[in-house]
Amino acid sequence: MLFLELFFTFFKIGLFGFGGGFAIISLIQNEVVAEHSWMTFSEFTDIVAVSQMTPGPIGINAATYVGYTAVVNAGYSAGWGVAGSLLATFSTLLPSFILMLLVSRFLLKYTDHPAVRSVFSALRPVVIGLIASAALMLMNKENFGDPSKDMAQFLLSVYLFAASFVAINKWKMNPIQVIIISGAIGGLFYGFLPN
Amino acid sequence: MPDVGVNEIYVLKFDVKTVNLMAPFSPLKAFGTFFKIGFFTIGGGPVMIPFIEKEVVEKNEWLTKEEFMDLMVVSQSLPGVFAANFAIAIGYRLGGRRGSMACATGTVLPSIICILAVALFFQQLRGNTVVENVFRGIRPAVTALILGPIFNLSKAAGITWKTVWIPIVSALLIWLLGVSPIWIIVAGIAGGIARYLMMNKEGQ
Repeated sequence: MLFLELFFTFFKIGLFGFGGGFAIISLIQNEVVAEHSWMTFSEFTDIVAVSQMTPGPIGINAATYVGYTAVVNAGYSAGWGVAGSLLATFSTLLPSFILMLLVSRFLLKYTDHPAVRSVFSALRPVVIGLIASAALMLMNKENFGDPSKDMAQFLLSVYLFAASFVAINKWKMNPIQVIIISGAIGGLFYGFLPN
Repeated sequence: MPDVGVNEIYVLKFDVKTVNLMAPFSPLKAFGTFFKIGFFTIGGGPVMIPFIEKEVVEKNEWLTKEEFMDLMVVSQSLPGVFAANFAIAIGYRLGGRRGSMACATGTVLPSIICILAVALFFQQLRGNTVVENVFRGIRPAVTALILGPIFNLSKAAGITWKTVWIPIVSALLIWLLGVSPIWIIVAGIAGGIARYLMMNKEGQ
C-alpha cells in the first residue's frame, strides 16, 4: 500500500532528520530512490534543484515534491499526487509536533548537560558523512552521462560540477544563480550540439 | 505556573518592552505571519531566522529575544526540518497546540502551493527536449551544491585528524554498502552516549 508506505517513510525521515536541509535530503534520497525505487536518481536530482529554487524550507519542498512524484509514478492521477504530497509533508512534520510537546521543556533544561552535548557533538561528524554520501550517490551515469556513450555530456558535466563547486565555495555565489547558469549552459550546449 | 516567575525576571531585567510579552496572540495572525515569511524566503531555514525574529520579536513582541534564542536552540536540537520545528516551537509557546498548528501550517503552505504549481507545470513539459537539456546541465551543479558546504561544516563541527574517520566511514558505509543513513544516525547517538558514560567513569 503506497500511501501507508509514504506515511511511514516520511515519519521516519522526520524522526531521524538531524542536521538540517541537506542531511534530510540524503535521508529522503536513500529511502525514496535506493530503498523504495519510487523514482530515478535524475528525477530526484531535479526535485532537489526545484526545492532549492522555490520558496520555503528545502526539506519540506523536497518532501512535498517527492510525495507527488512517487504517487504519480505509481500510475495514479495528478489529484492523488496532490494527496501524496500533502501526506508526505504531514508525515514529516508529525514527529516534530510529538517531540515538541514531549521533550521541548526537558531539552530546554538540559541543552547544556554533558550527555546531551556529547550526543550532538557525535552527531555532527556523522551528518557530514551523510551529506557526502548523498553527493557521492548522485555522481552517477544517470546524472553525469555515460563516458563510454556520450563523452561530450560527461565532460561538460564534470566541468559544470567543478565550476559550481568553486562558485559556491570560493566565490560564495548564490546557489540559485549557480543552478540558473548551469541550466542555461546545459540548454545552450545540448540544444545546439547535434547528437 | 513556573512561566510567571520567568516573566517576572524578564520584566525586572528588560523593563518596558517585555511588559507586552503576553501581548494578544491570535493563531490567525500567526498563521499569516509565518505564511508571509514562508512565501518570501528562498533557501530554507537559516535564511528565515532574521525574518522570523523581526516579525515575532520586534514587530509583534510575542517573544523576548532570549525566549526566541531558547526556542531556536530547541528547534535545532530536535530532528526534522528546522524551519518547521521553529514554527511549531514558537506557536506552541504562544498558543499551545492550536498555536503550533497555525504557525506550522503557515510555514509549509507556501512550499506546498509553489511545489504543486511547479510539479503540475512540469508534468505538461515531460519529454520536452529543451527542458531535458536544461536539467542535464543542472544535475551536476546540484551535486556540487550538496557537496559544497562539507568543508565549512567540517570546520564548524571541529573535525580533526582524530575524528575525520567518522564522516568518511559513514559516507562509505552508505555509498558503497547501502547501509541506511538512519542506522548511521542511531550509531552516532549511541556513540555520543557511550562517550559520555566513559568520560563519566574516568572522572570518578
